[in-house]
Amino acid sequence: MIKHKMRAAGPVLVAGTGERCLSALNSRQFLTEDGAVSAQREILVKEASLYIHWPYCLKRCSYCNFNKYIPKGDNNHIVSQCLQQEVATLLQLSQVSRVTSVFLGGGTPSLAHPSTVSDILEAVSRQVSLAHQAEVSLEVNPTPEGRAKLKDFSHAGVNRFSIGVQSLQNDDLSRLGRDHSAHHALQTVEEARRLRPGKVSVDVMFGRPGQSLASWEAELSELLQLCDDHVSLYQLTPERGTLLFKQIRGGEVTLPGDHVMAEMYESARRTLQRHGFEQYEVSNFARNSEVSHHNMSYWKGRQYIGVGPGAHGRFVPLGLGGAHREARTQTLEPDVWIREVRRHGHGTRRRIQLGHLALLEEVLVMGLRMTEGITHKHWQLFSPQLGLRDIFGSSADVQEFFHRGQLTLDDGGLHCSRDGLALLDSMLPTLLLELERQQTVESAKS
Amino acid sequence: MHSPLKSVNSISQNPLRVLRQQDVSAREVLVRGCFRTVIMIASVVQRWCGTPLPRCILLFKIYRKKTPNYCMSYSMLRRCWMNKLPVLSNNFKMQLLNLTTQIDKQEVIDLSKFPVERIRNFCIIAHIDHGKSTLADRLLEMTGAIAKTDKNKQVLDKLQVERERGITVKAQTASLFYTHRGQQHLLNLIDTPGHVDFSYEVSRSIAACQGVLLIVDANQGIQAQTVANFYLAFEAQLTIIPVINKIDLKNADPERVESQIEKVFDIPREDSLRISAKIGTNVEKVLQAVVERIPPPAAIVHDPFKALVFDSNFDHYRGVVANVAVFAGHVKKGDKIVSAHLGKAYEVSELGLLRPEEHPTQKLFAGQVGYLVAGMKDVKEAQIGDTLYLQDQPVEALPGFKPAKAMVFAGMYPVDQSEYPGLRSAIERLTLNDSSVTVQRDSSLALGAGWRLGFLGLLHMEVFNQRLEQEYNASVIITAPTVPYKAVLSSAKVIKEHGREEITVVNPAQFPDRSVVSKYLEPMVVGTILAPDTYTGKIMTLCLNRRGIQNNMVYVDDHRVMMKYLFPLNEIVVDFYDLLKSLSSGYASFDYENAGYQAADLIKMDILLNGRPVEELTIIVHRARAYSTGKAVCERLKDSIPRQMFEIAVQAAIGSQIIARETIKAYRKNVLAKCYGGDITRKMKLLKKQAEGKKKMRRIGNVEVPKDVFINVLKRKNK
Repeated sequence: MIKHKMRAAGPVLVAGTGERCLSALNSRQFLTEDGAVSAQREILVKEASLYIHWPYCLKRCSYCNFNKYIPKGDNNHIVSQCLQQEVATLLQLSQVSRVTSVFLGGGTPSLAHPSTVSDILEAVSRQVSLAHQAEVSLEVNPTPEGRAKLKDFSHAGVNRFSIGVQSLQNDDLSRLGRDHSAHHALQTVEEARRLRPGKVSVDVMFGRPGQSLASWEAELSELLQLCDDHVSLYQLTPERGTLLFKQIRGGEVTLPGDHVMAEMYESARRTLQRHGFEQYEVSNFARNSEVSHHNMSYWKGRQYIGVGPGAHGRFVPLGLGGAHREARTQTLEPDVWIREVRRHGHGTRRRIQLGHLALLEEVLVMGLRMTEGITHKHWQLFSPQLGLRDIFGSSADVQEFFHRGQLTLDDGGLHCSRDGLALLDSMLPTLLLELERQQTVESAKS
Repeated sequence: MHSPLKSVNSISQNPLRVLRQQDVSAREVLVRGCFRTVIMIASVVQRWCGTPLPRCILLFKIYRKKTPNYCMSYSMLRRCWMNKLPVLSNNFKMQLLNLTTQIDKQEVIDLSKFPVERIRNFCIIAHIDHGKSTLADRLLEMTGAIAKTDKNKQVLDKLQVERERGITVKAQTASLFYTHRGQQHLLNLIDTPGHVDFSYEVSRSIAACQGVLLIVDANQGIQAQTVANFYLAFEAQLTIIPVINKIDLKNADPERVESQIEKVFDIPREDSLRISAKIGTNVEKVLQAVVERIPPPAAIVHDPFKALVFDSNFDHYRGVVANVAVFAGHVKKGDKIVSAHLGKAYEVSELGLLRPEEHPTQKLFAGQVGYLVAGMKDVKEAQIGDTLYLQDQPVEALPGFKPAKAMVFAGMYPVDQSEYPGLRSAIERLTLNDSSVTVQRDSSLALGAGWRLGFLGLLHMEVFNQRLEQEYNASVIITAPTVPYKAVLSSAKVIKEHGREEITVVNPAQFPDRSVVSKYLEPMVVGTILAPDTYTGKIMTLCLNRRGIQNNMVYVDDHRVMMKYLFPLNEIVVDFYDLLKSLSSGYASFDYENAGYQAADLIKMDILLNGRPVEELTIIVHRARAYSTGKAVCERLKDSIPRQMFEIAVQAAIGSQIIARETIKAYRKNVLAKCYGGDITRKMKLLKKQAEGKKKMRRIGNVEVPKDVFINVLKRKNK
């Protein structure tokens, strides 16, 4: 209804009226708005990042609940073909004109043949523009085999490596089910840095079974000697359905207590800062501004297209005549996914339309994970009617976060303090309720 | 005053309500009678009015087609002719009554044939599962009251909960015809509730009897309830026939049980009968003993009518059905009777024997036991223990009547407030049949609108809850039970406010301050515990911890000990029995009876969250137990309140003095480590759920408390 009205009203529509849903974007409607904002909005549906999921691993890690499979035979070629086909189909559906970044995750995407990457990049380029300097990241398992392929991957177009070091303790690595040693990992980092200096990230995990604060601090210092300009730091989280979860429940394995976990996180943040790493997200740290552009686009609420078994996407399927952003999930199981891609060109299993509120909720939840938080401009892109101050300025519950210094709302926007960031998930339910309340009031008005 | 016709008519105003009627057996009885009555009435009306009643008959037919429920068509017909004939002479009514009575005459038992000397009134008392209901089944079969089939299991136990728990909640009565030495006797078996929660009902049932069969399991021997029941019968000076049941069991040791009975009850071992109710061994001897050992009732036929109400049921169609024992005179249909307790008058519309189904008769005579319908609309009008007499011949009420008094209170709340109306009607319907439950509306900030219900005891409460769930499919939150305290007021002003010096306090919020009170009183019970002597030490420790004072301790045989303790009721209402069972590996049995009130050092304890009292957690507690109770509540709260962004102090306080404290540490880190494109759907779902949950939380100051926490802390722990 509203959409229809707006179309009819077209260019005479003035700023601050009517527009309920960002995904109903139509450039003509914003002629009278602030030029920069409207241009930004236009870009929002014209651009997307691309996530490619490689579903296979050689071994199952005890903590991992990702969608991964131990391959039964070598069907890499088929999977590679299907990935290309699905890329083509989904790009067509989304009608985007530019892909801003590509990320190959998994599973263990470094198991794929490097030509898979070049084929996919070609498939992308055939349809849309892919900037020459666009970030193309690959998750790398730091085994000797993985290391040996880095060069070829680099040639194939990968310009950023994310290396799953996880730990520098061999005992811990084998206990977690990793198939590499600390030495392998360091060699891989070295090789990656040689190939793509400044563009190498290492993943490291804290809060491992039996880990002490002191040993973690020592380990991190050792890592910092060798790492490049990006570190992702994850607290080990036992997920339902994993071996680790079972081991913990069965009492075979104990993780450090909450207090120690918090201390490990704090200590790591301090150490990284000392070494010139700036925290830009809950778990991500970069030196020399070498942030992950691909991941930033998730946190900034941009469109992304997920390709491969179980991959998630968020985009407006303009090609289907869609006007709303959708949360899309591809079929989980590789064999079934392959069948579907071959039959229909894609294996999208689930499409859920995100309403205006749902979209704003995601923007809020993701945006506050960044240290810079959500700027007013960023928010306005998605919520032209209700500003951050309108929503969070008057709530007593949110005021409490301000008073305790956990959250700030100022000219820069809404962002967590250093302490607040570690407690974000305790604040989010309150913030979401407030958003919902104000949004309901606003909808009732119009 | 109600005429029987009028009352029947008004009860059946809503035919749907009649259809919903639960009591199938009662309906069947009616169906048989009513169908014939309909035809008779039709002809009477025709005779009196001189005109046929095509409309009525038509109506009747329509309803017969729609539903096979004859009762409904019957009521429709009655309404129909009542409308047509607004003024009816009494003469006509009498004629009608005579007609209906005649119908029953074909299968009528002439009760006047049974002089008092050939009547025996007895009941069976036993510990749970010692075989009371099975013996009753056998007695019913042998006397032809019910057909002998394998399916006769606990015929007198009608409720699902009774069959499941092996207990009798509602007493059932059966009149048996038994020929002994060529003479037919009328034996009235008055089944009693099997638990001392219902001891008042038991005592009233006992008051209608001259003898009891005291059943003891040949394997288990005397148990706590056996003792409690024995004393009820003994104090009522009834003839006690010990019956050792289950002698067919492999581990049966009737000799040991005989000596227990001799030792504990002082009954010679030769007096005990050894039977197996299950396979029928020696059951005939039980009937012989009933006739030979139990004296006939001391009833006088020629005196004015006097009857004891020893049970009552509610029938949606006829209203209250009272079970009565006639002590003097006789009663017949149409008699105007009065309840001594309320002074209200009623007209008897139906009466008869229970065999165990209702079997209408013309009259009930002194010494006999049966049922009576007299247009009472509420079970509270036929309270157990009340006396009935003829309106024009008042008599002195039978001694011992007291209205049922609730001893255990618990809050009852719907799990979801939208279920409130459904739960309300379920509670209303259940209490229709159980006048001993007191119902008071209550509301809690945490749990919403609900009720505070009063029960006779713990089992009574459990049974009520189970019936709510099983028969009405209602799911409820039940708070931990509390007991009624009393306070003797000292301040003249406060006394004036309450209109009396001694007040009963059920809700902790109404607990009067020490400054206006001269003393507090708490309800006491005498608990009987029977257990193998290996557990004596543990049991004594438990009792001591519960402020129990040992009255005595006797060995009932070489290995089993009987202990009597005086307990504050409060100390045994929550988990005492569960603990007793677990520390004795299930071998200890426990029972208790009320023992009045005793002065106690009671205090009101507040529970604070960051210094703010939580109203619904206020507890009345004995000073000696304040610390342990406060500590336990704080610990339970600590375990169930989720950590928040700030520290929470959980405290128990008496006045301004903090007696226990637990701290819920603040979260220092609570943020998802990995949140990328594939993680957000799941994360959003979780956050939305948490946000929804927040809406339902109760805020105490800045502390958010989920409803579950209150449920965890307030509700009874599951057994």
